[in-house]
Amino acid sequence: MREITYADAIREAMSEEMRRDSRVIFIGEDIGVYGGAFGVSRGMLEEFGETRVRDTPISEAVIVGAAAGAAMTGLRPIAELMFSDFITLAMDQLVNQAAKNRFQFGSQGAIPLVIRTPAGSGTGAAAQHSQSLEAWVCHVPGLKVVIPSTPYDAKGLLKAAVRDNNPVLFFEQKLLYRTKGEVPEPELSEDHIIPLGKADIKRSGHDLTIISYGRMVQESLKAAEKLAGIGIDTEVLDIRTLVPMDRQAVIASAKKTGRVLIVHEAVKTGGFGGEIVSTIADSEAFFYLDAPIKRLCGLDVPIPYNPGLEAGVVPSSAAIYTSALELMEQRQLMQGAT
Amino acid sequence: MAVSDTVLLELYRKMQQTRFFEETAAHLFSLGKVHGTAHFCIGEEASGIGVGHALKNEDYILQTHRGHGQAIGKGMDMKRMMAEFLGKETGCCKGYGGCMHIADFSVGSLGANGIVGGGLSLAVGAALTQQYLGKNNVTVCFFGDGATNQGIFHESLNLASVWKLPVIFVCTNNLYGMSTHVSKAMNITDIAVRAASYNMKGISLDGNDVITIYKETLQARDYVLQHGPMLMVLNTYRWMGHSKSDAQLYRTKEEVDEWKNRDPIKQLRKTLLEERHIPVKKIEEIDQEAEIDVEQALAFAEQSPEPRLDSILADVYAD
Ligand SMILES: Cc1ncc(C[n+]2csc(CCOP(=O)(O)OP(=O)(O)O)c2C)c(N)n1
Ligand SMILES: [Mg+2]
Repeated sequence: MREITYADAIREAMSEEMRRDSRVIFIGEDIGVYGGAFGVSRGMLEEFGETRVRDTPISEAVIVGAAAGAAMTGLRPIAELMFSDFITLAMDQLVNQAAKNRFQFGSQGAIPLVIRTPAGSGTGAAAQHSQSLEAWVCHVPGLKVVIPSTPYDAKGLLKAAVRDNNPVLFFEQKLLYRTKGEVPEPELSEDHIIPLGKADIKRSGHDLTIISYGRMVQESLKAAEKLAGIGIDTEVLDIRTLVPMDRQAVIASAKKTGRVLIVHEAVKTGGFGGEIVSTIADSEAFFYLDAPIKRLCGLDVPIPYNPGLEAGVVPSSAAIYTSALELMEQRQLMQGAT
Repeated sequence: MAVSDTVLLELYRKMQQTRFFEETAAHLFSLGKVHGTAHFCIGEEASGIGVGHALKNEDYILQTHRGHGQAIGKGMDMKRMMAEFLGKETGCCKGYGGCMHIADFSVGSLGANGIVGGGLSLAVGAALTQQYLGKNNVTVCFFGDGATNQGIFHESLNLASVWKLPVIFVCTNNLYGMSTHVSKAMNITDIAVRAASYNMKGISLDGNDVITIYKETLQARDYVLQHGPMLMVLNTYRWMGHSKSDAQLYRTKEEVDEWKNRDPIKQLRKTLLEERHIPVKKIEEIDQEAEIDVEQALAFAEQSPEPRLDSILADVYAD
């Protein structure tokens, strides 16, 4: 299989869906000539023209609201928010309009809308351009939430999101944009659709499960590799879609290994990890646990500017490795106690 | 442009239906038969009806929380509106929305909004669909004077103007946002001047003159299809309190009475009798029919089943 970047995979997914379906349009700030703040849509204006690749004023609220209105009336818009931190400016349109306007009108119509937006720290952009706010939108029935960790998943999940008849928040990972991975050739793209709501075992193992999503899956895989070196066989479960969450996959993996470490970049308090913990804790997997479920998350602070601080407040493969070891030791402690 | 007697009588009928509908709804509240709240447009009927009646079925409207007249103007079935008000399964929103979220896509109603200014950005998107698909249709966005102070008002009018979208932005200026008089909320007296900053046409009309509103909307339809959006301000007054619970400490009885003398329905009735020489009997017939329509809507609603809880989760996401 060929290798392409995460950004290329996203551009391919959008372009293929736009070629396939003329109802798919793309709107956002500086997505045309400029190619998007991270260059994801470079070249799309040339192919699709200004009626389908539509630069907007700097107006996040109306970007999301207009995309929702267009979706309610028969188009299938992809809207880009330049940074996911800016969903704050479009919260009414997202939460009260896009998420509700099918249900509250007695399930009339559909709102096939994708909001793509880059998330995460690591670019030196500090507190207002580095957040991971996915937990907020998971709390709103009516929205779906996707965070891909590889170019392969980014492409397949985005194509599924565009074909979905509901508003989908598609959080991209800034630090993954330039990373490469295997993605099927364009000729095989029609089959490359990854259904929303299906987790993926990125590495199979028996001693412990790391459950994660987005960039932290990559960090977890690195940690798992190191853990293998000392004889710890780690499973890495990428949940990929937070809403709907593949509860069965989470429960199955927890039962299989009996030890669970949850890793995400978003701050711990109110983070999505809590949802994963409780999914395990109130299922039959609880009886299979050999150790308490552990969470390794971003510290409860805004992302700071200084590079050392910025890297230090979110999990790294080294921190994941250490947490995994602690989790294994905890088991030994518990066994020692009995 | 002359408006035919037939059209005038239809405008009259729809305004009467709206008034009876809301009087009935208010009565149901006083009997404790409905829960929640409602925002009545009594006194403002000309705006919703005059605009709505000038539109085509495939045109879209986005209504406000004070939207019964807007919905009836666009041709919504009062049975399904009343059933929604009572929260019944046969309601236009299956009892999920209530009267603040009346919607019927089949007549082009994309829904009433509980968020002040909530329809503005959606209207931009609906009109984008119409323009993109090459439709010869327009989108009307209703909102109040209060909504023009929301940030989304600026973003929406600006983008609609930049993209030359076929939107008629209709501001029903009833002088108050809840208790706050327009003079305390903006430093202008004519809201239509706000259009100028988008290089958009803005007009201000007597919001109680349904004939003028109807005629101007017909023209606005053609205008926005050719030139892009415009802002139409309809200056009127709400007779009732803001919602069910409002002691109305912010205005005088004299002020309310003065506006009651400018009842849009009475004004049209006068025109029908004195200028169009319609027999009084014909008008009384319409009054009776409108009342019967509302009674039948209520009977339908009361006899309808309650919605079921066991299927509600399946309605959150579309397939
Ligand atoms: C965003 C938002 N803020 C406040 C409210 C509460 N509220 C409901 S209607 C209303 C007044 C709106 O005034 P206006 O836009 O003039 O419409 P009117 O009620 O006069 O028809 C207020 C403050 C709300 N529903 N939404
Ligand atoms: Mg008002």
